[in-house]
Amino acid sequence: MVKHGRTSDSRSCPLMAAPMSEITSEVVEAHGLSPEEYDRVLHALGREPNLVELGIFSVMWSEHCSYKSSRLHLKKLPTEAPWVICGPGENAGVIDIGDGQAAIFKMESHNHPSYIEPYQGAATGVGGILRDVFTMGARPVANANALRFGRPDHPKMKHLVQGVVAGIGGYGNCVGVPTVCGETNFHPAYDGNILVNAMTVGVADTDKIFYSAATGIGNPIVYVGSKTGRDGIHGATMASADFAEDSEEKRPTVQVGDPFTEKLLIEACLELMATDAIVAIQDMGAAGLTSSSVEMATNGETGIRLDMNKVPCREEGMTPYEMMLSESQERMLMVLKPGKEAMAEEIFRKWELDFAVIGEVTDTRHMVLEFDGEVVCDIPLGPLAADAPEYDRPYMSMEDYIAWAGISPMQNRPDTDDVGGDLLKLLASPNLSSRKWISEQYDSQVGADTLQTGGDAGVVRVHGTKKALAITTDCTPRYVHANPYEGGKQAVAEAFRNLCAVGARPLAITNCLNFANPQRPEIMAQFVHALDGMGNACRVLDFPIVSGNVSLYNESKATGGGSAILPTPAIGGVGLIDDYDTMMTMPFKNEGDAIYLVGSEAWATPDPERSHLGKSLWLSEIHGRDEGRAPPVDLTLEKNAGETIRELIEAGLVSAVHDVSDGGLAVALAEMAIASGLGAEVSANEDYTAAAWWFGEDQGRYVITVPDTDAFNAQLAKGTRDEDTALVGFRRLGTVTGDSLFGKSVEELRAAHQSFFKDWMEA
Amino acid sequence: MKAAVITFPGSNCDRDMAVAIEQISGKAPLRVWHGDAALPDGLGFIALPGGFSYGDYLRSGAMAANSPIMKSVVEAAGKGVPVLGVCNGFQVLTESGLLPGALMRNAGQTFICRTVALRVENSQSLFTSRYEKGQVIHIPVAHHDGNYFADEATLDRLEGDGRVAFRYAEACNGSRRDIAGILNAGGNVLGMMPHPERAIESDHGGSDGRALFESVFENLSVA
Repeated sequence: MVKHGRTSDSRSCPLMAAPMSEITSEVVEAHGLSPEEYDRVLHALGREPNLVELGIFSVMWSEHCSYKSSRLHLKKLPTEAPWVICGPGENAGVIDIGDGQAAIFKMESHNHPSYIEPYQGAATGVGGILRDVFTMGARPVANANALRFGRPDHPKMKHLVQGVVAGIGGYGNCVGVPTVCGETNFHPAYDGNILVNAMTVGVADTDKIFYSAATGIGNPIVYVGSKTGRDGIHGATMASADFAEDSEEKRPTVQVGDPFTEKLLIEACLELMATDAIVAIQDMGAAGLTSSSVEMATNGETGIRLDMNKVPCREEGMTPYEMMLSESQERMLMVLKPGKEAMAEEIFRKWELDFAVIGEVTDTRHMVLEFDGEVVCDIPLGPLAADAPEYDRPYMSMEDYIAWAGISPMQNRPDTDDVGGDLLKLLASPNLSSRKWISEQYDSQVGADTLQTGGDAGVVRVHGTKKALAITTDCTPRYVHANPYEGGKQAVAEAFRNLCAVGARPLAITNCLNFANPQRPEIMAQFVHALDGMGNACRVLDFPIVSGNVSLYNESKATGGGSAILPTPAIGGVGLIDDYDTMMTMPFKNEGDAIYLVGSEAWATPDPERSHLGKSLWLSEIHGRDEGRAPPVDLTLEKNAGETIRELIEAGLVSAVHDVSDGGLAVALAEMAIASGLGAEVSANEDYTAAAWWFGEDQGRYVITVPDTDAFNAQLAKGTRDEDTALVGFRRLGTVTGDSLFGKSVEELRAAHQSFFKDWMEA
Repeated sequence: MKAAVITFPGSNCDRDMAVAIEQISGKAPLRVWHGDAALPDGLGFIALPGGFSYGDYLRSGAMAANSPIMKSVVEAAGKGVPVLGVCNGFQVLTESGLLPGALMRNAGQTFICRTVALRVENSQSLFTSRYEKGQVIHIPVAHHDGNYFADEATLDRLEGDGRVAFRYAEACNGSRRDIAGILNAGGNVLGMMPHPERAIESDHGGSDGRALFESVFENLSVA
């Protein structure tokens, strides 16, 4: 007989106020389960669940934990390469970086909590992704992020930006992991639902990687870290629903982070990992103790028995329901080898952390929880995880989607007769302005291994070696919205490009797939087609996906009208530089260096089928028009251009490299000028309109500078390695010289570039 | 000469400090845990690293100042052993009374991470003899509470006694009289917010911090 746990006395939350014995349809609905899903629960148990069990099903079957709408499509992504040690399915992806070392990384969303409570939401997002990485035995060496905010004049937006940035810094700075790169966009589609995606990269020895499979019947299950409190209960369920008008009332479901404890936890875990005591380890992230214990037992094909009276609690009188659903931060679950408990406990006590043996591995394939001597939960593991619901949600074809989204070729193509003036306006616009106000709030240097920030990719040295890891986060949501397939390709291609631009060999990516309500066929179309494009890009570029996270239901009724976010499949890319002495940077270096555009020969003449300005920032900032089609991505060209760039960097023939992306060629040149203080004289391409040439956002292009054109031409005359790279073209743009660009002084450009955040934050 | 780096719970620049000391002195420093009651015998140099000891709870550096090892550090400083406190280490030094004044929240209220220009104000000290007086050097800062405060009389005394070691040569955090680093009366304790250990090689952060460590080790080996 299953006995029900005690009820909480909380009256504010319908989830906890429900009487234990009555699982009414309201209680089921409040747990986010559909009537069909509840039938599935009844079938799995062969009886009615009690509230503890219902709560466990609720979080395990939430979109956040079960990936029930996305799993089917995620399976199609390429996840393998000779250098991939561990792909999706564990806490983070693992790739081989040579010399017995591995890079371990993942990106994860913390969107809903960050909208409700920006500081803690963002901070705990960083904390969670750090744990995913050090759980696997890696010392975290770099953080990155991808942020999307609404329009800056939205009444809440300044507060949200300040809070999120302070939260990311507050956590990352304190744990002592440098934040080395990130991207930030503003668009009204995020007014009621900002996106906070955090990424961590760590380094481990390949023979010291830890996994989550709980094995060894009778082995002790150990809880370490912070005590369990009532914070964050039902966070995973919240993250799996649309935002309603009452989102502010959900503040109690946002967790509170303590980076100090996290720092201690990192050091304690790494100290214990240096011994041979650990069988398996898993962090308690979304859905806390529930998902960690279910995943460990499922991966180990075993069972688990926990004594809830032994769980370290922050408050008196916590129920098993609350303990299982709490998302208190800085906690880990481990399976130890028998007899290692005392040694492990000593390490955790030294770091002033809680340590408790709370259960054991069993052979029952069930999750059994006991409290006050009674069994309060007994669920077969199969239905909770591996056999959780999976939906093939209906989605539109690309043609139907394009029609639904109203995307058509651009009519009435405007031109410009003031490139310098337009450039100043673009540099001062929210989406192209300098991010210095943000990046200076992050400690980018702790660890003393940071080699580059503020360029195309962040670069950190692998401590004590000549190797370095390059890291970038990329996505252009307005392209994905206009064409999910091309936009999905573009996000991967841009990450590839940014890594090549610093001289790194792109190795693998993690993704953070932020979309709106998948029960709408147009949103599901965005998801499916973007994944299709992403998968193709990964295959062609040999750039597999090794970890990731899906965040659905990113839409809000709070701002009026069920406004969906732009589809935002953020990519986190990691590449390897074998010898960081060859690392490349973006600023112009020397007066007199020749400037070239590298890319497809195709741009020698414009494509009559295309405006070259569709979905460009120039069109929206200068003309207020959000029109046209997203630029197409030629993946073969992308691969060849990237390889060509890396060859030139290795041969020492270039002095600066910068990829061409948002804002086009003029903005790329301006960024190189501002970063160096040097100007340039450049000439237009008469076959293009000035607007299309300087501000078009054609893909697969880089700007390079060449100190010795004779050596450069001699290298080009030798021909390229193969026929494919022969498709890559070079066009002389001009020369690095003076202190102005397009008739504007570099100082003027810099002032414009830095004006947006300065004016906004000081207002 | 034996050097030691103290690690408090929440220190996060302890490794960076140890690497800098080893690279410049050729010898790895001892690593000392905050809970140890006593320092190793015969120490010639003690470094208190940056970070967030005790999570900056209560006040930055306040809890670490009361940890068991700090009694020994204060004793050693009293006997003339050179002590360098960087960033959180500087905060621990003011909280423990080894240096006057306090480090308050930055005037701009936000965390600041960037390389700043510093002017060397005193090139006669144990820590700065390899610099020239008036020399401008570039060292990274990374702090939220680096706004140096002391009353006017204390500031006058520091200035008059040549105890201002470094001054910001650009706007940074609102520090009184742009003070970035100060010495104790004996000249054997230096606290500074900028991170010299992050500026020991051109590949990372520049190399203007090297001379600080070189000064210490040169002066100690001669002494």
